[in-house]
Amino acid sequence: MDVTVGVLALQGDFEAHGRVLRALGAEPREVRVPADLDGLDGLIIPGGESTTMTLGIEREGLAEPLRSLGAAGTPVLGTCAGLIMLDRDHLGMMDLRAERNAFGRQVRSFEADLVIDGIDGGPVRAVFIRAPWVAEHGDGVTVLAQVDGRPVAVQQGRLLAISFHPELTGEQRIHERFLTLVRECVAERAGS
Amino acid sequence: MRDEATFTVKAGLAEMLKGGVIMDVVDAEQAKIAEAAGAAAVMALERVPADIRRDGGVARMSDPAMIRGIQAAVTIPVMAKARIGHFVEAQILEALEVDYIDESEVLTPADEANHIDKWNFKVPFVCGATNLGEALRRIGEGAAMIRSKGEAGTGDIVEAVRHMRKITGEIRRLRSLDDAELATAAKELQSPLDLVRRVAAEGKLPVVVFSAGGIATPADAALMMQLGAEGVFVGSGIFKSEDPERRARAVVEATTHFQDPARVAAASDGLGRAMVSLESSKLESEQLLAQRGW
Repeated sequence: MDVTVGVLALQGDFEAHGRVLRALGAEPREVRVPADLDGLDGLIIPGGESTTMTLGIEREGLAEPLRSLGAAGTPVLGTCAGLIMLDRDHLGMMDLRAERNAFGRQVRSFEADLVIDGIDGGPVRAVFIRAPWVAEHGDGVTVLAQVDGRPVAVQQGRLLAISFHPELTGEQRIHERFLTLVRECVAERAGS
Repeated sequence: MRDEATFTVKAGLAEMLKGGVIMDVVDAEQAKIAEAAGAAAVMALERVPADIRRDGGVARMSDPAMIRGIQAAVTIPVMAKARIGHFVEAQILEALEVDYIDESEVLTPADEANHIDKWNFKVPFVCGATNLGEALRRIGEGAAMIRSKGEAGTGDIVEAVRHMRKITGEIRRLRSLDDAELATAAKELQSPLDLVRRVAAEGKLPVVVFSAGGIATPADAALMMQLGAEGVFVGSGIFKSEDPERRARAVVEATTHFQDPARVAAASDGLGRAMVSLESSKLESEQLLAQRGW
């Protein structure tokens, strides 16, 4: 089934997400203005600089359209800065608070093997770059993976958020899992 | 187990800066203005290139106190410059935990034969290049990001265009060569053969490429993006202009919407005077910063 997945393209590594989506048979669409959101089956908010992205969302008037997209049940995947955008202090789409640059400056950035609930086939090679973690979250949020006891992969309904960058290592299983949510949602909408 | 400072981690930060604007700042106040305007990172330096040009003398790494002040003022990544070959300045910048080190021709070179061995550092490096061979030599030395050099401190885009076109043109040429010809090309480019092969196969550099040196307007930024830059460095162009806050926001907007002329036009509206500019072709050879490094 052909699905169209938006990738917020204000700033950051949106092209890398586009490549993974295409490799998995989904059609990526770069999103810079609200009209780009029309008719999307899913949305990815990529890594980048969260301050730059926050200001871009404000400048383009994207905050409300993004919230409505999530409220309508459209699946959203946020990675790194994307996780921050989804938290209570930013778009407020997920019931969590992100701690920015939680692991420290760039010299503390790292990669590690990470076991993630619901991802089969062994650990994921996870790259953390000036990464956030989830400092606190509500009951509706399920923790899928942790580092140092801090959540770095979480899910709330059809919203997925991770601190790391599967799009940089050739890892496809997280995007596959996200696309499963997207296709479920499309099938449901077609059936109703 | 955690692996820090792998090449993926170093080059990965540059991936996160893509589509963004990195702005030169000389103090915490300018850094805050840059951050509030949407800069993806700031470059901490003592004097912007236009002032280095005007003042003359030896240009060095910035005072650590100034770099710390900027780190305390903003949450976006903070980069800083070391002189070409001055590995102790780089060690100091690493001790300060800057997020990226720019081994930069804008400062006075400290070694006329050798660049810094960048593999020895945990902090990633960005280096300037005027052509593909130079870019690949820097990557061979461990650089995790490349910027085309342009001619810093002039406000004249012509050298930035020349260098970006040179790099992308040479990449296109490599695509058309067979294996035997690639070995010869590596020799001509004075670059590692494995990197030459990789560029020929993938049609792009193995690291992120930004453009620098002469960007003074939103249109300049969009031009470099359309020519293949993945983001831009703006040095003197922001804080030497009449209205730095507005110009900074405008360059950020034009970099995001570089393919949309109506948006670049809107961003360019009523920005006030650009920086005082110098025509690169009128500069004496010893005034050309891009010739530093090899």
